[in-house]
Amino acid sequence: MSAQFLQFLLAGLTVGAIYALVALGFSIIYNASHVINFAQGEFVMIGGMATVSLAGAGLPLPAAIASAVLLSAAIGLALQKFAIEPARGAPVVALIIITIGASILLRGVAALVWGKNIHALKAFSGEAPIQIAGATLVPQSLWVIGVALAVVALLGWFFRRTLLGKALLATSHNRLAAQLAGISVRHVLLASFGLSGALGAVAGVLVAPITFTSWDIGVMLGLKGFAAAVLGGIGSGPGAVLGGLALGIAEAMSAGYVSSAYKDAIAFVIILAVLVFLPSGLLGARGAERV
Amino acid sequence: MAIRTFLAALLALWLGALQAQEPIRIGAFLAITGPAAFLGDPEQKTLELYVEKLNAAGGLLGRKLQLVAYDSAGDAEKARTFAKRLIEQDRVDLIVGGSTTGETMAVVPLVEQAGVPFISLAGAVVIIEPVKKWVFKTPHTDRMACEKIFVDMKARGATRVGLISGAGGFDKSMRAECLKVAKNHGIDVVADETYGAADTDMTAQLTKIRQNGQVQAVLNAGFGQGPAIVTKNYRQIGLTAPLYQSHGVASKEFIRLAGDAGEGVRLPAAALLVPDKLADNDPQKAVVTQYTREYQARFKSDVSTFGGHAYDGLMLAVQAIRKAGSTDKAKVRDALEGVQGYVGTGGIVNLSAADHMGLDLSAFRMLEIRKGEWTLVK
Repeated sequence: MSAQFLQFLLAGLTVGAIYALVALGFSIIYNASHVINFAQGEFVMIGGMATVSLAGAGLPLPAAIASAVLLSAAIGLALQKFAIEPARGAPVVALIIITIGASILLRGVAALVWGKNIHALKAFSGEAPIQIAGATLVPQSLWVIGVALAVVALLGWFFRRTLLGKALLATSHNRLAAQLAGISVRHVLLASFGLSGALGAVAGVLVAPITFTSWDIGVMLGLKGFAAAVLGGIGSGPGAVLGGLALGIAEAMSAGYVSSAYKDAIAFVIILAVLVFLPSGLLGARGAERV
Repeated sequence: MAIRTFLAALLALWLGALQAQEPIRIGAFLAITGPAAFLGDPEQKTLELYVEKLNAAGGLLGRKLQLVAYDSAGDAEKARTFAKRLIEQDRVDLIVGGSTTGETMAVVPLVEQAGVPFISLAGAVVIIEPVKKWVFKTPHTDRMACEKIFVDMKARGATRVGLISGAGGFDKSMRAECLKVAKNHGIDVVADETYGAADTDMTAQLTKIRQNGQVQAVLNAGFGQGPAIVTKNYRQIGLTAPLYQSHGVASKEFIRLAGDAGEGVRLPAAALLVPDKLADNDPQKAVVTQYTREYQARFKSDVSTFGGHAYDGLMLAVQAIRKAGSTDKAKVRDALEGVQGYVGTGGIVNLSAADHMGLDLSAFRMLEIRKGEWTLVK
């Protein structure tokens, strides 16, 4: 019984860490511009697909990963430069719709360039499962969880200690005031898209050995990642991780103890319940709206 | 009014006289684009290629063949519109098409009413059950895949089976068919788990199956990346009962995705996927080898069973028209129903008034993955 529970828990942690890593990508752009970037899932897809195709072309894995991350960052920059920036006067909702358009475009281009096949990436440190008291975990899950935690720590340091991070936060709080204080808002926004492009790609590379990767994987990962970000409190790094893990564990437990047919429904009911009582998520800023 | 009737009659006469030199028109509506393009694209290419080849060889009954193909994009509504156009405007002699079950079923009432022989390329059992006078189909069904697997399980002494299936249309339909026929084969489905179309981890469901304690074999009815993840998770949590996959993942891609975890997995597949594994005296060896060679030479891409279904559809039509000696629709239909022993890419076809598909379980070969390769299970 306890081995069974532990297995469900580990399954939840594996999936949850994937959601968490994707959720983190949402937070940077949200922090800078209050835009929810629905192309975030596509960054994840590009990271995985580019790595697979470059590694397939004979590049050593680390070089392939680095190039894929750079490529995705460049696409993030281009998205801001050529799609979001020209519409800078538009309301946030219009910008969000632009990101939806961008996600459809990126998916289409990926299907053309890489085809519609599903691809696998070799696990970084073997596939032999790790036994923990009768339950099992694949080593790749540890990579995902470890990197997610490292990214949270890095983001915390970035937002609190670096000038660019502080500028990013300042821009999110009050764009005009930030501009008056000498912050180049344009560059800050550009940096935020580049960063989250890179972060998305890192997530894509790490999860590819577990989930496989294909041109349309961004849809599902993006949605679940978004749900995790909302659950944890959008914009909060630790919140994204907590939200992701909570969502993953809720899914695995409902699949294990209730019914696998209803696990998604149960997970989303939990999200709804949390949001009713904590509208800003588990760890979101408790900001009161001042009228 | 009278004049108009007279003119119409004259026109009909004139058209009738023209008929003799006119080509034999084969109509087709296929999902050439859209989500089901992986079905319609090879089907359309195959029809085009073989209509060309037949014409180069002198045509049929001294007449040329003409292919009239429309892209229904997998949309049942469009399929209906195009089928109407094929029947009323293009006045085709026979229809080969309907990449998906939805398209096919939308068209069935039309062909039944107009009395046009229709050979569907879609999978579901509902197309031929109950038998519809003018409707035939070439692909094997989910039910046959289930039966093939159950027969193999039983031969290995496994009668208590765990079922795990995805949420897609293919997965659901196969799950339902398997549950329906399990009893007939003395198989007891003791666990029935499902997973979402885009799920990334199925260890929870598989743990439940393991916990069940009496499962002797597991069947995964699935399509896409799900079955590969199931296979990996299956090995991860240390399940040792034989694992069966469906014909939905019978491709090299599955072996590649599942990697080492795929060793020992069995699944039913059409002979077309393993032409070089067939014994030399296998009746299907010649046809699948030839089709594979000709298709690859022309389109530089791998064959799929879907293109094979279109090949079989066209060849059945040709055989029936030749036997009927005309394109008279009723005669062609009767000739179709009388086809015996046609050796196609999908199996050996014996059509009858009660069976408008004409395949038996020998259409499927049981394959096992050994050292990263398909091997035939004897």
